[in-house]
Amino acid sequence: MAATDISKITEKSTWQDITPGNQVYGAGTSRSFKTGEWRTQTPVWIKEKCKQCLLCVPVCPDSSIPVKNCEREDFDYDHCKGCGICAKVCPFDSIDMKEGQ
Amino acid sequence: MATKYNFKEVMNKPERLAPGHRMCAGCGGTIAVRAVLRALHEGDKAVIGNATGCLEVSSFMYPYTAWEDSYIHNAFENAGATLSGVETAYNVLKKKGKIDDTYKFITFGGDGGTYDIGFQSLSGAMERGHDLVYVCYDNGAYMNTGIQRSSATPRFADTTTTPVGSQSNGKLQGRKDLAAIIAAHNVAYVGQTTFLGNFKDIHTKAESAIYTPGPAFLNIMAPCPRGWRYDASDIMTICKLAVETCYWPLFEVIEGKWILNYEPKKKLPIEDFLRAQGRFKHLFKPGNEHLIQQFQDEVDRRWEDLQYNCSRG
Amino acid sequence: MSIRERLSGNEAIALAIKQINPDVMPAFPITPSTEIPQFVANYIANGKMDTEFIPVESEHSSMSATVGASAAGARALTATSSCGMALMWEELYVAASNRLPLALALVNRALSGPININCDHSDSMGARDSGWLQIYAENNQEVYDNMVQAFRISEHKDVLLPIMICQDGFITSHAVENIELLEDAVVKNFVGEYEPENYLLNPEQPMAVGPYAVSNYYMETKMGQRAAMHNAKQVILDVAKEFEEISGRHYGFFEEYCLEDAEYAILIIGSAAGTCKDAIDALRAQGKKVGLLKLRVFRPFPAEEIAAALSHCKSLAIMDRSDSFNGNGGPLGAEVSQALYNARSSVLAVNYIYGLGGRDIRVEDFEDIYNRLETIAATGEITDQFDYIGLRK
Repeated sequence: MAATDISKITEKSTWQDITPGNQVYGAGTSRSFKTGEWRTQTPVWIKEKCKQCLLCVPVCPDSSIPVKNCEREDFDYDHCKGCGICAKVCPFDSIDMKEGQ
Repeated sequence: MATKYNFKEVMNKPERLAPGHRMCAGCGGTIAVRAVLRALHEGDKAVIGNATGCLEVSSFMYPYTAWEDSYIHNAFENAGATLSGVETAYNVLKKKGKIDDTYKFITFGGDGGTYDIGFQSLSGAMERGHDLVYVCYDNGAYMNTGIQRSSATPRFADTTTTPVGSQSNGKLQGRKDLAAIIAAHNVAYVGQTTFLGNFKDIHTKAESAIYTPGPAFLNIMAPCPRGWRYDASDIMTICKLAVETCYWPLFEVIEGKWILNYEPKKKLPIEDFLRAQGRFKHLFKPGNEHLIQQFQDEVDRRWEDLQYNCSRG
Repeated sequence: MSIRERLSGNEAIALAIKQINPDVMPAFPITPSTEIPQFVANYIANGKMDTEFIPVESEHSSMSATVGASAAGARALTATSSCGMALMWEELYVAASNRLPLALALVNRALSGPININCDHSDSMGARDSGWLQIYAENNQEVYDNMVQAFRISEHKDVLLPIMICQDGFITSHAVENIELLEDAVVKNFVGEYEPENYLLNPEQPMAVGPYAVSNYYMETKMGQRAAMHNAKQVILDVAKEFEEISGRHYGFFEEYCLEDAEYAILIIGSAAGTCKDAIDALRAQGKKVGLLKLRVFRPFPAEEIAAALSHCKSLAIMDRSDSFNGNGGPLGAEVSQALYNARSSVLAVNYIYGLGGRDIRVEDFEDIYNRLETIAATGEITDQFDYIGLRK
């Protein structure tokens, strides 16, 4: 069976459109849910200060610090919940927490 | 067994827990999950099991799954039994030539679903020798239902079923030493760990757990900002204090041999760990010094017992 | 080409399981089903099966592991009775709602208390709302035949529901009777391979099973189960037809014994049907028009078919081997009455409870019931709507 297209499954779907047994075929469908809307404070990456030590990467509960070629990229603001762990952990003050979204 | 830890290379691995799950901001549970899954070798597939709890309801809320691997949630008390069935199915189907790929079996449970209601099922799975890993993300209470005490909750903790009041100082009993109980099942690997520095300890233990044939158990202290009452951003400080006070020692048991992974140069007083959390606030009222001393004595006794086990070689 | 043998019900179902050669069987012992995992373990120990047996530490774990194995892509089943089924109750609902086509060999035994190891139907009847297919047997031949058909029904793409194959504890499970077996190759060919479309161990595509879902999804999921249960009716008949071609034995939703022209009928599940048939033979010899509807398929419940089969009868005794404690009767009483009511039937029906905790029911008891039915039909009055047969009072 093809991967579940979850854009077609909503709380208004008919019973015929719900997958049998609520099984979901495929993976990582949560990406389409934007938990970034939860934030009341937002991390800002000060690229110039960042030494790419990557110590912020494992402490993010929301997988919101993407890494490519062993270097971190900017925050995934679609999903970052603004918990502030990364800012506390950064040894080089290269993450600022700003109020609001 | 574990490959040499190259921090940056490990951080560069594809993410196996997608964002968009509903865990609280700052939750220790998903930090633990990400760390464990990073230990899977690339190309190896996994089936993830999960007991009911914070992680399960937040990571698979129909139709959103945060898992990049196959995943099964069954009920609260049977993560061990459920994944035993999956692992056995794999063995059979592999023998019949129906599956080629290498699969690893990792099941996650909170302390509720592991120490208490899931205890029997965990014990059975460990005893039968299935090649799977049981990971307990220990946040020290039944957090998903609103912070009720579990047998993993530390003594004197304020929880909703052991509330502090005029007649009560919080939880009466100390913590169950589950890692030791599982070690007594003579399993292949037991590791106790948490989040420190560049996550080397948790990574190497997860890798050992996954790639040592046979049953493995990981006990990961995963602080809960809501239940423990500390500022969510301070989780790494909390973990460091837990280790430096020897409240949460880092050790392994490999085929019955106890190994201490870390001995603090300067063992901090347990007060430092307790003071950082709102759930122990009452211990700092004047007149309660003897309670802190009781806690300290227990930490010291367990630390001595652990050192003795590890010294036996 | 059939093989003649003499087997107990447990031996027969274990032999069917051997011929099916499923992938995984977790199990925990409980009287009187214990022999089934023991026979299977023995077959495996002697290289006669490729099945992996998991000796789990409780019945909750045996169904949990069966759920895990089935979701993973394996053909899986377990066996239990009574309190073992009660312990796995939550898992029965999980198996059905996750649409897993696994099987359960259930040997009917009374639920505690007092603790009792003998036959009644309180265990499987207690699970009648769990969403499982339920098929019952009168004797070891039917148990064997039902087990051979089981996976063909449960794994059908229009069904995908778990199935329980029931037999009476001790009466069927432990009593040795003559039986006709099918050859290994015939069974293997009939049952076929399990080829699930979606499964956890599918390397092409991962799958997530068992979500949390909000209220806006729950009812739609249940409707999916209901639709599958409805589809099962035809699938059961189709599979039975195919089975008849290889065995010569005919199965449907129920067996009608002297029912066609019967004025007074009994409806019953299980081994007591055999005793009733003896009573029928005796009474028919006296010219009484008595008959029996022996129900085989309880889930899905063939309401219209039952009502149609009984439509010409004047009076009916619905026999329950478990009590619902609703003050009115047992589960069959409720469901058959509903069927008759919906069909606007004029049959005068009573509901009798019998055989609880293994209490014996005799030919004379059935003869007595038919006499009562005759009186009811004659007078048009029911004095005892509900009764316990064989109770000392």
